[in-house]
Amino acid sequence: MTTPALTVTHLSRLFNVSAPWLNRVIERKPKAYLRAVDDISFSVPSGGCLSLVGESGCGKSTVARLVTGLYAPTTGQMQFALGKNGKPLAAQMIFQDPYASLNPRWRVFDIIAEPLRELKLRASEAEITDRVGELLTIVGLAPRDGRKFPHEFSGGQRQRISIARALATEPEFLVCDEPTSALDVSVQAQILNLMRRLQDEIGLTYLFISHDMSVVRHMSDQIAVMYLGRIVEQAATEVLFASPKHPYTQLLLETIPNVTDPKRDREVQSGEVPSPMKPPSGCTFHPRCPQADARCAAERPEMQAYNDGSRVACHRVAETMAALAVPQVGERRLSA
Amino acid sequence: MTKTPMLDVRALRVEFPGRHGSVTALADISLTIQPGEILGVVGESGAGKSMTGLAVQGLLEPPGHVAGGEVWLNGRRIDQLSDREMEKVRGREIGAIFQDPLTSLNPLFSVGKQLIETIRLHLPMSRSEARIRAIELLAEVGIPGPEIRVDHFPHQFSGGMRQRVVIALALAARPKLIIADEPTTALDVSIQAQITSLLRRLCKDNGTAVMLVTHDMGVIAETADRVAVMYAGRLVEIGPVADVIDRPSHPYTRGLMGSIPTLGARVPRLQQIDGAMPRLDAIPQGCAFNPRCPQVMPRCRLERPHLQPSGAGQSACWLNQPAQESAA
Ligand SMILES: Nc1ncnc2c1ncn2[C@@H]1O[C@H](COP(=O)(O)OP(=O)(O)O)[C@@H](O)[C@H]1O
Ligand SMILES: Nc1ncnc2c1ncn2[C@@H]1O[C@H](COP(=O)(O)OP(=O)(O)O)[C@@H](O)[C@H]1O
Ligand code: SF4
Ligand code: SF4
Ligand SMILES: [Mg+2]
Ligand SMILES: [Mg+2]
Repeated sequence: MTTPALTVTHLSRLFNVSAPWLNRVIERKPKAYLRAVDDISFSVPSGGCLSLVGESGCGKSTVARLVTGLYAPTTGQMQFALGKNGKPLAAQMIFQDPYASLNPRWRVFDIIAEPLRELKLRASEAEITDRVGELLTIVGLAPRDGRKFPHEFSGGQRQRISIARALATEPEFLVCDEPTSALDVSVQAQILNLMRRLQDEIGLTYLFISHDMSVVRHMSDQIAVMYLGRIVEQAATEVLFASPKHPYTQLLLETIPNVTDPKRDREVQSGEVPSPMKPPSGCTFHPRCPQADARCAAERPEMQAYNDGSRVACHRVAETMAALAVPQVGERRLSA
Repeated sequence: MTKTPMLDVRALRVEFPGRHGSVTALADISLTIQPGEILGVVGESGAGKSMTGLAVQGLLEPPGHVAGGEVWLNGRRIDQLSDREMEKVRGREIGAIFQDPLTSLNPLFSVGKQLIETIRLHLPMSRSEARIRAIELLAEVGIPGPEIRVDHFPHQFSGGMRQRVVIALALAARPKLIIADEPTTALDVSIQAQITSLLRRLCKDNGTAVMLVTHDMGVIAETADRVAVMYAGRLVEIGPVADVIDRPSHPYTRGLMGSIPTLGARVPRLQQIDGAMPRLDAIPQGCAFNPRCPQVMPRCRLERPHLQPSGAGQSACWLNQPAQESAA
């Protein structure tokens, strides 16, 4: 196996969500912290795509911001492999909302040229013009579109502009945070196809984030399922869909609306995600888990690797699949 | 079939005054919903789904107005009623559920107070009878501990539970028709499935007709009995949900279905419809889909196709219509 493009070990991020100082003094409240990302480890295969999935608030965007350096980790490490230029890879980010992420007062040309000028990646204006034209063409727009402003484009075209801008610095690693969630399905298909084509042509590595299991299935080689700041299961895409092991993964797969095989006569009663301010004890999924027992409320399940390459954090899975457990391999590979 | 549909929309047309004359936002919308039936209305954003629901409820923002066609509710024509009469129809006969549960709830009053007021507005009940009914409604929509929850305020409920309260409000007067506009779009998938299964159960148990507006074909597949596909303010296809999904007859529906990543076989590349849906003030002549259609014919650029029987449903496409029929 090639070295992963990114290896993340025991990464955590706390947010200070205390009431203002004066209120704390008056109401005698202690400082409060929210553990948005809680001791997660994963690696992204070079030239591949690892996706993070989970319901809103589970910490996906926080991981994206940690990986791209927008937030500093509270604890843990992130190790990028060396890129073509011999320096560690730097991740570029594509956001969900193509409306908010482009400066409305700038022409598209200047939006895409900014990182080229900022980092002095091209010497002359003529070279910049060529490069911007090239980037617009790569994402399926025309060089003359550079003269227009963002508002003259549809949502899908704006996401193409964001991608062109992200590609300007020739990154080898892209973090895509729900890049198609604000788009209609027919436009989503255009963007997902573009992203797959770029992966083949430029050899990009993706950390892809989505709450949509079918989009994730389409895009990823590996999937990590998050719940309340933790990764509860990670597996190769086909393994995860064929034999989901964690009860939360099973719930997610059971509840996604499925166009080709609709489940019409179900009555789902699966509760809701508890507040991340007061996460449940032990396995944080235990209040919603049909298989929970006393141990689950008391003891946090450790991540355990299995012989199909998956890693799962669940007491019940560890008991029933003990014969298939791979001792420590998950951890060793990650820290190697 | 001679059954009176609960909702019968006939050739509905909505216009807005625009900069260059009036803009036809909706044209030729014809659909029916039977009691106990869920009709899904699907299409990309801006296709006119919400506007169709608003027009049926008489809630179009002026200067938008119904410029043609008829709306019948349980055998009675409602598009010409006065504002006051229409007010009575809403709430009593048509219940509404919107995407954001907070727009339908007043943060200053307990959910019980809001339910009791709505119930008493439409049904002859005393305050204590209405309170009992409110608790029953909360239980019916699956809220645990309804006797206690009835006195709680909207902010004390989670997103999914709040949407259940909104559904309870919409059901308060036992309406004949529920119009639900993207009721699950703001919710996470595991909660979304709870809400759609609840809608299905309520619809079947009470014989309520439901118009379920959503952009999500997966929700339609699992919830609706029939589906209407909209494009650029027009209905392009309508039929039983399994037929439309498995054997779409309109080229736009076929493209839409192909562009959805599925949980079935994995494909290297999704089918894509190039281009974008036109704005309503720039709809091309002929078939509105013609600039993006892989099967476009010369006729498509000149004449607009109307809904015609096709398979188990109807579709508006010249491919499905023999040439001589259009002469009529
Ligand atoms: N800057 C911040 N300050 C305080 N809390 C935050 C901040 N960013 C995120 N959070 C909280 O951290 C948790 C994870 O958020 P996020 O990473 O955005 O989740 P996701 O992207 O999966 O929806 C949520 O409970 C969120 O409210
Ligand atoms: N007051 C208005 N005047 C003119 N056009 C409008 C008005 N309200 C909505 N529209 C347009 O009507 C179209 C249909 O909108 P809508 O029914 O909300 O679409 P959907 O619900 O399918 O996303 C949109 O293109 C929208 O811009
Ligand atoms: S550890 Fe226990 S509560 Fe958590 S997922 Fe496994 S069985 Fe359920
Ligand atoms: S009428 Fe013509 S352009 Fe329109 S969908 Fe049918 S074949 Fe395509
Ligand atoms: Mg997020
Ligand atoms: Mg809408």
